[in-house]
Amino acid sequence: MSEFRMPSLGADMDAGTLVEWHIQPGDTVKRGQVVAVVETQKGAIEVEIWEDGVIDRLVVQPGAKVPVGAVLAELRGAGEHAAPAGQTPLADVAVPASPVASAPSSGRQKISPSARRLAQELGVDPATVQAQATDGVISRADIERAAASNALPASALPDAGDWRLQMRKAIAAAMSRSKREIPHYYLATDIDVTAMLDWLAAENAKRSVAERLLPAVPLMKAVALALREVPELNGFWIDGEFRPSAAIHLGMAIAMRGGGLVAPAIHDADHKSCNELMAALRDLIARVRGGRLRSSEMADPTVTLTSLGDQGVAQVFGVIYPPQVAIIGLGRIDGRPWALAGTVGVRQVLTASLAADHRVSDGHRGALFLAALDRRLQNPAELDMTS
Amino acid sequence: MSGPDHDRLRAAIFEAITAIAPEIDSADIRSDQPLRQQIDLDSFDFLNVIIRLHEILGIDIPESDYGELLTLDRAVEYLARRCGSGDAGK
Repeated sequence: MSEFRMPSLGADMDAGTLVEWHIQPGDTVKRGQVVAVVETQKGAIEVEIWEDGVIDRLVVQPGAKVPVGAVLAELRGAGEHAAPAGQTPLADVAVPASPVASAPSSGRQKISPSARRLAQELGVDPATVQAQATDGVISRADIERAAASNALPASALPDAGDWRLQMRKAIAAAMSRSKREIPHYYLATDIDVTAMLDWLAAENAKRSVAERLLPAVPLMKAVALALREVPELNGFWIDGEFRPSAAIHLGMAIAMRGGGLVAPAIHDADHKSCNELMAALRDLIARVRGGRLRSSEMADPTVTLTSLGDQGVAQVFGVIYPPQVAIIGLGRIDGRPWALAGTVGVRQVLTASLAADHRVSDGHRGALFLAALDRRLQNPAELDMTS
Repeated sequence: MSGPDHDRLRAAIFEAITAIAPEIDSADIRSDQPLRQQIDLDSFDFLNVIIRLHEILGIDIPESDYGELLTLDRAVEYLARRCGSGDAGK
């Protein structure tokens, strides 16, 4: 018999509200399967189970808010018998595990312009409104219903209306802790990315529109590979000591529609090909903007990458997300005068920055990381290899 | 190039944009101003607009032509040229 507990989905989380179960007693579950949805300050998160077994009992009911570590359900191994005597061991029944619930990945929320205006007038947050029509587009009637129900006393489920406020609080708590506890040091360097962009343009010219890569993809891969060379930037500061991570789970800072941000992980980014990274990024952004993230993505990024180049900024110096120990920032790519072999030409240049925890690494090591990133970006064809 | 064809292309562009950003009201878009200044589209969103246009119109817009889609007016002109040049449907 083992227990399935409320996971910690970040340093700033102390409790979560169970929204729904995707399983029932008697169901066979597999390691990695999404079994529940939990509401946190970061929004609704799909929670995976990390053990094979059969669900014996659901301890917590939807609507209940419980602390991190509380038992949510009990399960038994495939060989164990059910607790009530005489019952057929359900594990022997050849029922496939219930399919992993797929997140609605429709991208942004669909709402008609007139419904959007009405929502503003009535003070309704469209993100909290469920469309009744089968096409999923939120209508004026949906907004009116939501406005009416908002007037009712709060239900047991979390008040989704103050979700943005909750997220703001979560960001405030994590960032305040970071600035209070982590002695950041900051480095930046300009990197000539012309070779990388030329490689990308040639690669994309061979590809159909749906298969094209964004510049973010080779950049992510180069960051992940450079982190291998300077492992003291990848891991966690816990209980007064650095715990390096062998795996590189790249947290991608992704802005949410209407404010706020999350930085879920792309797992083992250094081992993925460019196609795999593009697919992972596409999936992650779609779920950040339209659907749900999974608990493993929220809990285990080992380092963060933030990229604000699309918004036109020249450089970004990040604030480390504790207990991580580094954050890499990428600015916009643009043509700049650049000295090369004794003459000045125009090259495509990007400013890369590093903010790192001085308790763990020194500027010299940080500088080696940025140098490694530069070197990796000069050999773009190698970035597409997997190893 | 005829007016109705331009209207059809304009509608296709709006369909592609609202599939990505449903909160956009087409009446708010100034057709002579850069689209990405008026709509909060990052490079990922922009790629999805291109993919959607490919699905609607059957035109595969090469990356080197992305600059032609700067404003709504320019995008309509560009797509009209592409439709008229006989490589539509590929």
